[in-house]
Amino acid sequence: MKKLISAVLAFLMVFSLAACTAGGNGNNNNAANGNKVKAGFIFLHDENSTYDLNFINAAKEACEKLGVEYVLKTNIPEGQECYEAACELADAGCNIVFADSFGHEDYLIEAAKEYKNVEFCHATGTKAHTENLPNYHNAFASIYEGRYLAGIAAGMKLNEMIDNGEITPEQAKIGYVGAYTYAEVISGYTSFFLGARSECPTATMEVTFTGSWYDETAEKEGAVKLINNGCVLISQHADSMGAPTACENNNVPDVSYNGSTESVAPNTFIVSSRINWVPYFELIIKSVQNGEKIPTDYTGTIETGSVVLTDLGKIAPAAGTQEKMDAVKAEIQAGTRKIFDTSTFTVNGEKVTSYMADVDTDAAYEGDHEVIANGAFNESADGFRSAPYFDLRIDGITLLDESY
Amino acid sequence: MKKSQKEPLFHIVKRDVLPWYKAWGIRAIAIVVALIVCGIITTVTTGLNPLKVYGAFIQGAFGSGRKVWITFQNMSILLIISLALTPAFKMRFWNIGGEGQVLVGALATAACMITLGDKIPNVLLIIIMSISALAAGAVWGLIPAIFKAKWNTNETLSTLMMNYIATQIVAFFTIVWEVPKGSFTVGIINQSTNAGWLPQLFGSKYLLPIVVAAVVTASMYIYLKYSKHGYEIAVVGESEKTAKYVGMKTGKIIIRTMVLSGALCGLAGLLLVGGINHTITTTINSGQGFTAVMVSWLAKFNPITMIFTSFLIIFLERGAGEISTNFGLNQSFADILTGIILFFIIGCEFFISYRIAGRKSSKEN
Repeated sequence: MKKLISAVLAFLMVFSLAACTAGGNGNNNNAANGNKVKAGFIFLHDENSTYDLNFINAAKEACEKLGVEYVLKTNIPEGQECYEAACELADAGCNIVFADSFGHEDYLIEAAKEYKNVEFCHATGTKAHTENLPNYHNAFASIYEGRYLAGIAAGMKLNEMIDNGEITPEQAKIGYVGAYTYAEVISGYTSFFLGARSECPTATMEVTFTGSWYDETAEKEGAVKLINNGCVLISQHADSMGAPTACENNNVPDVSYNGSTESVAPNTFIVSSRINWVPYFELIIKSVQNGEKIPTDYTGTIETGSVVLTDLGKIAPAAGTQEKMDAVKAEIQAGTRKIFDTSTFTVNGEKVTSYMADVDTDAAYEGDHEVIANGAFNESADGFRSAPYFDLRIDGITLLDESY
Repeated sequence: MKKSQKEPLFHIVKRDVLPWYKAWGIRAIAIVVALIVCGIITTVTTGLNPLKVYGAFIQGAFGSGRKVWITFQNMSILLIISLALTPAFKMRFWNIGGEGQVLVGALATAACMITLGDKIPNVLLIIIMSISALAAGAVWGLIPAIFKAKWNTNETLSTLMMNYIATQIVAFFTIVWEVPKGSFTVGIINQSTNAGWLPQLFGSKYLLPIVVAAVVTASMYIYLKYSKHGYEIAVVGESEKTAKYVGMKTGKIIIRTMVLSGALCGLAGLLLVGGINHTITTTINSGQGFTAVMVSWLAKFNPITMIFTSFLIIFLERGAGEISTNFGLNQSFADILTGIILFFIIGCEFFISYRIAGRKSSKEN
C-alpha cells in the first residue's frame, strides 16, 4: 500500500509540474508585427517520399532565397498530431504554418481557429473557400496541364514504338498506378491520357490503385501487374520509386511524377511533371512581410512557374519530344488548347455537356457547381477551388480495381 | 520459496531476491552506458555534440507547456493499453492483440459519432459511445479467449491475426465514411457541432486521458493484488494444472480476464477517437498495442512500475521526434538512438536475473 501511495504521489507531483508549466503557454502568437517571417512546415513523410521531398526542397529554397527563418517537421500523421505540430510551430513563433497532406486539413483548421494571428496554408485541401477563416488558405496547381504535357511525351513514345514495329497501334496500352479513386488522381490520369491520345489516337489505358499514397511494394507490384497485362508504358500517381523501379527491371518506358526518377531508371525514364511550390511559398512569405492578404485558393500555373516538367531522360524519349511539348505548352498558355476539351472525350459513349462537380466538400458527395463551360471542363478554376474536382470516368480508360 | 526454485518459472523468484537498490543501480548503469554509446554513434555519424542531442531529447518531451501536456497525454494512452494487456500476461495468456482491440474500440466510437451525432442528446451519445467501445474491445478479446478456453488454440497467433481483421474492417469503414469521395480520409468527425466529443476537464484538452489513466492504474493495482480475481489470475499464470486442482474454472477465468483486457483496450480506443483525434484511421493507434507489450514486460507486470516504463517509452519517442526536427536529421536516426537505449534497458533485465542466479547457487553450496 505504501508503494501505491508513493506512486500516486509521484504521479501527482509530475502532473502538477505539467500543470504549472502549462500556465506559461499563453499568447505567444502575435509575432506578425515587424514583418519578420518565421515559417513552419508540416510534412506527412520525410525526404524518402518523392511527394514530400518536392515540398521540402521548395520550402528550403524559398526560405533561403528570401532569408527567412524556417522549421521543418517531418513524419506528422494525419491526426491530432498535425494539430499539435501546428500549435507547437505557432508557439515557437512561426507566423506562417504550412501542411502538405490532404488529411492534415481538418487539424490545421482547428489550429487556425485558435491562432488567429498566424497564417495557415494547406496544399491539396478543399475547405478554405467554405470555412470563412481569414487566416486559412488552400493551394494547388493546374498540374493537369503538366500531366497533359507529360502525356504528349508518352504518346510520342508510343508512336515511336508503333513505327519501329515493336507494337501494333492496337497494342498501345498505357498502365497507370494510382493511389486512390480520388478526384486528384482521376484528374491526373485523365489529363495524362488525353495528352497521350492527342498524339497516339489508338492509345488506351488501364489504371490500378494501391490504396496508399506511399507504398513502395504495392506500387511496384501494381506496375508489374500492368506490364503483365500488356501495358507498354507506365505512369503513376503514388509517391514512391516502386513503379519506376519495376519499369527499369522490365525495360518498359516510364513517365513519373513529383520529380525526375532518372537515378533509379536511367534506361526507361522519359519525363516527369511536378508542382514547383517555390512560387507559392515566396508568395505567402512576401504577403506576410508586406501585410498583404494571402489568396483563399491559389492555383499555380505554367505561367507562375508552379507547373513544371523535368528534363527529358537521356535514352528513352522519342525524337522531337521536347519540341513538341514546347509547342503544345505554348498552345495551352495561349488558350488555344484546353486540356479537358469536351470534344476530345466521351463518357459512356456520349459527349459531356453538363456536369455538377462536388466542389464544396460534403459527406453526401453532392454535386454543387456546374463546371462545363465554353466546351471544356473547368478544372481548378477561379471562384471554385484550387484542388482538382474532375472525377468523370471517360471512355478509353479501364479501372482494374475500384476498391480504393 | 525453496520449492519454487526448482520450478521452470525461475526468474520471478530471482527478481524478488535482488535488493531493489541493486536492481535499480544496474538499470541506471545500463542507461548511462546506453547514453554513452548513443553519444559516440551521434558524434561519429553526424558530427553533432551529443550533449546537445540529449538536450533536444528533453526539449522534445518538456520544452513547452503544450509539450509537457502532450507527453503526459500520450503516456496515459500507452499506459492504459499496457494495463489492459497486463492481467492477460499475468495469466500467461499472450495477448498480442491490443492493437486490434484498441482499433475496434476506436471504430465503435467513430461509428456512434458519425451515425448518431446530432440525432440524440450529447450525454446519451457519449454513454452509448463508451458502452460500444468497451463492448467492441471486449468482443475482440473474447473471441481468442473462447478458442483458447475451449480448444486450447495458440492465443499468440489468434490475437495477432485479430489485429489484421480489425485493421481491414477499419479500412473498409474509412472508405464508407470518407470525405470527399476517394480521399481515404474521414476527417474530423462532427467538426462544427463537436457532437460526441468527450468533455474537457477543467478546460484542458489533455487532462481527461491522464485522469482516466490514473484511475485505471490504481484500480488495476488493487484488482491484481487484492481481489480474488487477481489471485486466480496469478494462480492460472503460475500453473494451469494447479488452478484446476484447487477447483478453479480456468476456462472461465481466461474468458473473464480477456474480456477485461479487451474492454480496457476499447477504452483506449474511445479516448483516442472521442477525446483526442476525433477521426478514425487504420493507423490511429500507431502500433501502441505492440509497444504496450514491451511496457508491460519491462514493468514486470506491475501497474505502478508501468507508470515509469510507459513514461520512458513516450519520453524517448517525443525526444526522437524533436531531434529529427531540430537537427534536420532523418527520423530513422532518432529511432536508432531509441533502439539503442531500449536494447540496453531490456538487456540489463536479463543481466539482473543472471547475476542473482549465480549468487544463489554459491550460497547453497
